[in-house]
Amino acid sequence: MNAAHAHDAHHDEHPSGMTRWLFTTNHKDIGRLYIGFSIIMFLVGGILAMLIRTELLKPQLLFSPELYNQIITVHGLVMVFAAVMPATTGLANYLIPMMIGAPDMALPRLNNWGFWLLPPAAVLLVMPFILMLFGIGNGAIDTGWTMYAPLSVQGGLGVDFAIFAVYLMGASSLLSSINIIVTIFNMRAPGMTMMKMPIFVWSWLITAFLLIAVFPPLVAGVTMLLADRHFGTHFFNAAGGGDPVLWEHLFWFFGHPEVYILLLPTTGIMPHILSTFSRKPVYGYKAQVYSFWAIGVLSVVVWAHHMFTSGMPVAAQLYFMYATMAISIPVAILFFCWFATIWQGSMTFETPMLFALGYIVLFGVGGLTGLILSDAVADQQYHNSYFLVAHFHYALFGGPVMGIIAATYYYLPKITGRMYNETLGKWHFWQTLIGFNLTFIPQFFLGIAGMPRRIPDYALQFAHLNMLSSVGAYILGSAQLLLVYNLIQVMRGVGKKATTQVWEGAQGLEFTLPSPPPYHTFETQPVIQ
Amino acid sequence: MDRHVDSGRTPSAGPAGPTEGGHHRRVTFILAVVVLGFFGFGFALVPLYNSFCKLTGLNGKTGGPVEASAVVGMKADRAREVKVGFTSTVMPGLNWRFKPLHNYIVVHPGAVTRTSYLVSNPSNHAETGQAIMSVVPGRAARYFKKLECFCFHQETIKAGESRNMRLVFFVSPHIPKDVRSIIVSYAFFPVKKHT
Repeated sequence: MNAAHAHDAHHDEHPSGMTRWLFTTNHKDIGRLYIGFSIIMFLVGGILAMLIRTELLKPQLLFSPELYNQIITVHGLVMVFAAVMPATTGLANYLIPMMIGAPDMALPRLNNWGFWLLPPAAVLLVMPFILMLFGIGNGAIDTGWTMYAPLSVQGGLGVDFAIFAVYLMGASSLLSSINIIVTIFNMRAPGMTMMKMPIFVWSWLITAFLLIAVFPPLVAGVTMLLADRHFGTHFFNAAGGGDPVLWEHLFWFFGHPEVYILLLPTTGIMPHILSTFSRKPVYGYKAQVYSFWAIGVLSVVVWAHHMFTSGMPVAAQLYFMYATMAISIPVAILFFCWFATIWQGSMTFETPMLFALGYIVLFGVGGLTGLILSDAVADQQYHNSYFLVAHFHYALFGGPVMGIIAATYYYLPKITGRMYNETLGKWHFWQTLIGFNLTFIPQFFLGIAGMPRRIPDYALQFAHLNMLSSVGAYILGSAQLLLVYNLIQVMRGVGKKATTQVWEGAQGLEFTLPSPPPYHTFETQPVIQ
Repeated sequence: MDRHVDSGRTPSAGPAGPTEGGHHRRVTFILAVVVLGFFGFGFALVPLYNSFCKLTGLNGKTGGPVEASAVVGMKADRAREVKVGFTSTVMPGLNWRFKPLHNYIVVHPGAVTRTSYLVSNPSNHAETGQAIMSVVPGRAARYFKKLECFCFHQETIKAGESRNMRLVFFVSPHIPKDVRSIIVSYAFFPVKKHT
């Protein structure tokens, strides 16, 4: 027994300084690296968003149209690939082993690689801006995050940088997805059957399946793009008998499931938070798991609803329209379960709960406006207008980003062992909610009035709503500094010590461990009855 | 979530032994094969997509030229008329003039018809281009049959040269009754030499 304790104590030591983080194979360290990286990139993407809204504040040109296009493109790519995806992957790395009672991830060395491929990818995305300052190339990729051919075939140096960034980010997400699936399949604690797993783990299992199904075709697509650009092939080049619409199919075969890859992990964290702060068990566990499966399967067969205006025959438009609308059924089941979970609960409104409730409202708006866009006839009007921009920000900020922030506040005391400043957290929430709605509600009206997306300048009748939207964006952007301040304070050790259970109603294996949990946990797996 | 957790450490599951490692390897291997499979699927989408378009006539793809023997014994349907319109486009990068001989021809389905496009190069240097054709409406595309066509061939036109590009076609008698007109579009793209 004594020897065993000595052994444990030895394991609790870890290297310090840079090498600890560079070579770490510990799931908690890697989880923290992912989350830290994601916050930095969230701020980078946020600064780009502020530049976009500054350009659109008044009808006049501050930047050249080319630079504006580069800013919107890099904003999109950074937010999707370098901010939201690493955040959910980080939560998965930190939480899944603790939630299923495993000592670590199944493939720790691979896990280290998975993370360290990301920073170079982020550098590749942003570097063309810096190279441009030194007179090399003409700036970053400027095609929009969808990289549509033929524009991406003709574009400058920035497109190549983006292609290689996609390679790195693809390799990173594939490695982490494989790791997560192997961990969930092989390393659950004795007695934890698949249908006893926490819902967050289920949501990530479906997400990981989606990633390994749809990221490789995108990698194939950008490889074709690279070949078209440099090696004389004509996959997307009409002059050689190729077809630019092929790129749209390849991209959206990835791009639509990608929306659910961003979303699902946060729909998985929702029941945890809602049940904690309403002090009730999760309602409809099985219904939610089956809904995840339904969403996962449907998400890969609806991609061409992004292409209603590309000249598809009516039969195909009808199929993609009905298939898309069908997704609202499993999503509505999730909403129903969330409502039923908090129904008649003894709710309290700590910051994570506020963000979770905000998620329901904002993502609800995103989902309902998505139904409008999925109508093939109505889409002819809304396509590529600001209505679409507002819709997908409600779906992607209102969903994943709100969910990630909720999860961050929810697990922060567990991870750091310190309670954050609740007052600042509440300020952060209300300022975010007001700023976000002020930014994007005007954009619905701008879109209906006919303002197209991806333009740096606009007609005078759009001026008032755009100014309102920009003011909202500044409120939203500055609100996130409160989060950063709160995080820094907690990491410096300011704040009340967190208890083991952290929140009064919190359930699950992760809340049986001390806060912060020791470096190695569940080396002897718990038995679930 | 009433889960009972046995907090006392039971010796049931030790650290990963060799069998567990083998278990990880197997699942990892299967998943890696799936990843490679879907990577291949991305490339397979190119021929799949092309044959799907040819089969359905999506995107105005007409399929390759048909053999002359295919028209032997084919009877023209004198009761029906289809108006076939011709358009021409020269893409940026070529200095050519490119016009159809007829703006439209009224044909009977099943009757072989000849027409041509006129192309000339008024510039002072030879240029190479390649014509891409498509047909609208998309669902009529597979009923537009070419016996002779100048599409998808590289053509080099010398400075000041003019040329007649022949097009021999017929509209299949199986074309749906409600299609009364077809537009055939030809576009000349410049051919860039990759060195």
